[in-house]
Amino acid sequence: MTAPAAAMPRERLTGLFPFLKRYPLVAIAGVVLGVIVLAAAFAPFMFTRDPTALTPLQRLRPSSELNWLGTDHLGRDVWSRLVYGARVSVMVGLAVAALSILLGLVIGLVAGYIRWLDALVMRIMDGLMAIPGILLAIALVSVSGASLATVIVAIMVPEIPRVVRLVRSVVLTVREEPYVEAAVSVGTPLPAILIRHILPNCIPPLIVQATYVCASAMLTEAILSFLGAGTPPTIPSWGNMVAEARLLFQIAPWNLLWPGIALAVTILAVNILGDGLRDRLDPKLAKRM
Amino acid sequence: MLRLIATRVLSTIPVMGVVALIVFFMLRLSGDPAAILAGDTASSEQVEKIRVSLGLTKPLYEQFFGWVVQLLRFDLGTSLFTGLPVTTLIAQRIEPTAMLALTTIIFSVCVAVPMGVLAAWKSGGWIDRLVMVICVLGFSVPVFVMGYFLIFNFAITLRWFPVQGYTSPFVDFGRFLTQITLPTITLSFIYVALIARITRASVIEVLGEDYIRTARAKGQVEAKVLFRHALKNAAVPIVTVIGLGVALLIGGVVVTESVYNIPGLGRLVVDAITRRDYPIIQGLILFFALIYIVLNLIIDIIYTLVDPRIRY
Repeated sequence: MTAPAAAMPRERLTGLFPFLKRYPLVAIAGVVLGVIVLAAAFAPFMFTRDPTALTPLQRLRPSSELNWLGTDHLGRDVWSRLVYGARVSVMVGLAVAALSILLGLVIGLVAGYIRWLDALVMRIMDGLMAIPGILLAIALVSVSGASLATVIVAIMVPEIPRVVRLVRSVVLTVREEPYVEAAVSVGTPLPAILIRHILPNCIPPLIVQATYVCASAMLTEAILSFLGAGTPPTIPSWGNMVAEARLLFQIAPWNLLWPGIALAVTILAVNILGDGLRDRLDPKLAKRM
Repeated sequence: MLRLIATRVLSTIPVMGVVALIVFFMLRLSGDPAAILAGDTASSEQVEKIRVSLGLTKPLYEQFFGWVVQLLRFDLGTSLFTGLPVTTLIAQRIEPTAMLALTTIIFSVCVAVPMGVLAAWKSGGWIDRLVMVICVLGFSVPVFVMGYFLIFNFAITLRWFPVQGYTSPFVDFGRFLTQITLPTITLSFIYVALIARITRASVIEVLGEDYIRTARAKGQVEAKVLFRHALKNAAVPIVTVIGLGVALLIGGVVVTESVYNIPGLGRLVVDAITRRDYPIIQGLILFFALIYIVLNLIIDIIYTLVDPRIRY
């Protein structure tokens, strides 16, 4: 184990640039995502105005010098709402990915290593997986009231079982390795075995999984907002924009077009980045896909 | 064989039990269930009345087992808004959803499996790349964006299909077909991506096997090699994904019905959200989870019957 571990970082450092050259799509996806995240972070400086300011005299205007992408049915500037809406998608995507990976990692490590807990935890995960994720999220939001925090938790809960299964499968293969048995035989305490010897093996597949969770969380947030069970309508989010624009779709289709394109491009970029990371970090999984 | 099937059937009981527990505690963990069920405008007397009528004053375990006994009698509770039993509402709305799911599964399998086989056959070529692009797009474009894109182009601009609505196939089959086409394509997109990707991967794996070389060596026609020898042996993961993908399909149905104004179970959920009719949401979760579990159970049993390699 020590020899390849020492050789790998050097290979990775020299390999990154040729990798991006070989997969230009991944590089483009990375740049697109970088731009979206920066635009979301510096939304007030992106030539935007107050995304919630109403101008009743300027309703449903097509694009002009003043309103680049036109205005919506309340006269709000669509460009500003689009840029501020990126904040919600980026925040939900990152928060759900980070939280579900963290929780899934802890549950998966413990379940995979401690035998008697395994059956119990996995039955709970099976039950969670049997409930369609969007319905579970809808129920969680409708029970606890719509706010950004409940939306994040509601989207996170259905994502956890997949992470747990992934971590558990890694733990089950790694725990039989000689170096783990050696660590056990010299009396290394359980937390140290889990963190020092088993955790590092989980990281590469988890990074890949995190990108997929992020993409799916953005998708679910948009769907929840679209259905009226998501981000409160006072906050501009892409899902909310689509939900409001659908009522006047035949008169002003562009209001639906822009948030739709923004969603598709962002999620596409995350997915492409995930596929690239998978080919790079997890060749075994890449072969199976 | 019978013993295997019986074990598999029994193994669904704990899963269903966990689903029931999750749904039961979801309502109770998030505060006072009586207040949630009564809604924002209810007075404190109304809340109290609901609390007593639901037996929320009894101990928790008694409530849970009472509720499970109710469920076993196919009683999913009563809608707060209409006062009708949830099972009645589901029965009223199930036909459009079942039809949409059926057309979507048929369409997706017919499109995705040949797509995946072709991509695997010419793996690395332009067909393969095209299929992979379609797959990534399928996972990235939100259902409603796809829906409105199709409506705008094929219903409003080209006028090939009606914009919205649903007609039962038992009333007017021709109208049913024109109205169900766009929703089916919309909902199929992500499902096609899922099935095509798995088909491609598992056919690529099988194409490396010795018996494929043998089949080719004896001069078998390439189409027969692909669809008879390769696809047949690659079938298990494909059928598994078709079953697991039903969870995705259920999420998509809710959105698609809302986009195309189809009066099915998805619309029932959306209406329940706006009216905060919690018993309907809860009942539908249980109903969809049951369908998902039973469907995957049937798929597993079919494997054991068809494929002698599978043993639990």
